[in-house]
Amino acid sequence: MIRMSHTLSSAGRLLAVLPLLLPVLAYAAPDLGTTEKQPLNLPAIGMFFVFVLMTLGITYWAAGRSKSASDFYTAGGGITGKQNGMAIAGDFMSAATLLGLTAMIYGQGVDGYIYMVAFFVGWPIILFLMAERLRNLGKFTFADITAYRLNQGKVRTMAAISSLVVVCFYLVAQMVGAGQLIKLLFGLEYNVALVIVGVLMMVYVIFGGMVATTWVQIIKACMLLVGGTAIMLLAFSQFGFSFQTLTTRAMEVHKLGSKLMTPGSLLADPITAISMGLGLMFGIAGLPHILMRFFTVTNAKEARKSVFYASGIIAFFFNVIAIMGLCSIVLVGTDPQFFEKGDITGKLIGGGNMVALHLAKAAGGNLLLGFLSAVAFATILAVVAGLALAGASAISHDLYARVIMKGNVSEEKEIRVSKIATLGLGVVAVLLGVVFEKMNVAFMVALAFGVASCANFPVLLMSMYWRGLTTRGALVGGYLGLISSVLFVVFSKSVWMDVLGYASPLFPYTQPALFAMPLAFLGIYVFSKLDNSAEALAERAAFDDQYVRAQTGVGAASAAAH
Amino acid sequence: MSNPLYENIKRDPRYAELVRQRGRFAATLALMVISVFFSFVLLVAFVPSAIAVRIFEGSNLTVGVVLGFFQFVFFCILTWVYVHRANGEFDTLNEQIIQDAMKKS
Repeated sequence: MIRMSHTLSSAGRLLAVLPLLLPVLAYAAPDLGTTEKQPLNLPAIGMFFVFVLMTLGITYWAAGRSKSASDFYTAGGGITGKQNGMAIAGDFMSAATLLGLTAMIYGQGVDGYIYMVAFFVGWPIILFLMAERLRNLGKFTFADITAYRLNQGKVRTMAAISSLVVVCFYLVAQMVGAGQLIKLLFGLEYNVALVIVGVLMMVYVIFGGMVATTWVQIIKACMLLVGGTAIMLLAFSQFGFSFQTLTTRAMEVHKLGSKLMTPGSLLADPITAISMGLGLMFGIAGLPHILMRFFTVTNAKEARKSVFYASGIIAFFFNVIAIMGLCSIVLVGTDPQFFEKGDITGKLIGGGNMVALHLAKAAGGNLLLGFLSAVAFATILAVVAGLALAGASAISHDLYARVIMKGNVSEEKEIRVSKIATLGLGVVAVLLGVVFEKMNVAFMVALAFGVASCANFPVLLMSMYWRGLTTRGALVGGYLGLISSVLFVVFSKSVWMDVLGYASPLFPYTQPALFAMPLAFLGIYVFSKLDNSAEALAERAAFDDQYVRAQTGVGAASAAAH
Repeated sequence: MSNPLYENIKRDPRYAELVRQRGRFAATLALMVISVFFSFVLLVAFVPSAIAVRIFEGSNLTVGVVLGFFQFVFFCILTWVYVHRANGEFDTLNEQIIQDAMKKS
């Protein structure tokens, strides 16, 4: 009986860690083990403390520079392409990426590498199709673009709703994962960890706005790169930097044997594979906190450069993670000190999540372990701060200033609402994090990516490219994408069975994109075509000027420094 | 109602040329990424045995690993190619169009 309840609560904790590893694990769920509270890890806490002091210093400095709305939302548009590229990479590479992908390579071999390609491939697409138009048309939120020539109130309301859906689900998933991870790494209580994350996030965003958020992301991206690369080099050196030696050794000891280097069962179902590819590729182009980063740079030139730098950093780091994963198969997988009761056929201490951290210890000792733990905590903070800022701007800039007050509001008032919204989002995130502690919240990231790729992305793309788009088409298509992607996820295995406890799912696939995205585009097309109202004609006529601005940058919101 | 500056830009034949060329360039690159990536996904989904083939006898490198690595490198190069041309050639042309349009209005 006791044993059984232990198993159940372990399972609960296992499920709760999943979202952290997402988006990877929205698509597959390798065995991650459980997160057991570890003894207090003092070097890690010390190093994290240094990071916090540094970022608070930056926040203090940024607070002095954040006066206008433009400073608050977009750092005054004064971020350079290189800085923004680092910040984008920082936003994108969460603790999930580091820990989850290392664990995935450790457990599944080359399958993990195939996933990495799918995560990466959205970046060049964003560059070719969207980067310069985003910068030239946008100001503070992506709704500035979708509502450019359409009905402000209705289109912004929809954009704000879907932004908030994405942000809230992503935020809660990150919070739950953060609490579990911090419990694991630092030996702090789950609730204490949540409050620390929530409070620091609010301080960064409320006092430092986008300036502080950007620099927190840049610093943490550097720490992640340095820490990850150091561990990879130290570990790889034990194999003489030979891929052949490393993989030969890995195949000797791994339970998959020679199958390690061949694709396994994760992508066995073609529909899921294609749907996952679509959702990941275009989901990135619909995440409000990522889109917002494009408004922080001076002009389209810098916007393009930032994607170039971000792609390079992400591609490099994913390959570092792949090598780390392979090294850990040998260095962690055969070392009894990392296994419960020293049994290498048993469970890893702290669960599958800990692979990267065990590797840090195996390759560089306790100091590197402490550093990597601090990096993981810093990573969570940076990602959460970016999300909170994106959510707050949807509330203050779209809903409050443009929909409720119809633009008749002072900058001070709008910023104040934004700060209140941040406070609100922080409190909600902590509370929901507590509520969902023991629940499987994996579906939340599937939802966030589903809504981003099926509601935000289609409307955004069509508003930039298609003259024929009308308010009616945008609303029907956008809401269709929003509702259908949410329903597909709710009816899929991850909610219908795993959360609601039904015996079989109503929708056989876990990925909504292949189905909901065409629905959204169809809705946009058909209802725009059918719309011949006077407003629709005016909206189409306004496309030409919008197009000139999108192409040339004439009239684009400029940097405050001018 | 339209901004006179925008009208001048639209009347400039170089503007149409810029839009056409840059649009075609971006679309070509995007198509390359999408077709390479989805061919890879389809290969993984339908012919996993092809992905498992070793590139030569005795090597641990499989086609899947090589193709994955190739995509990381190739797509990064494509982003560089696009940024290089868009920030150089196209932006220079863009500046000229804007300057001339401003002089006229």
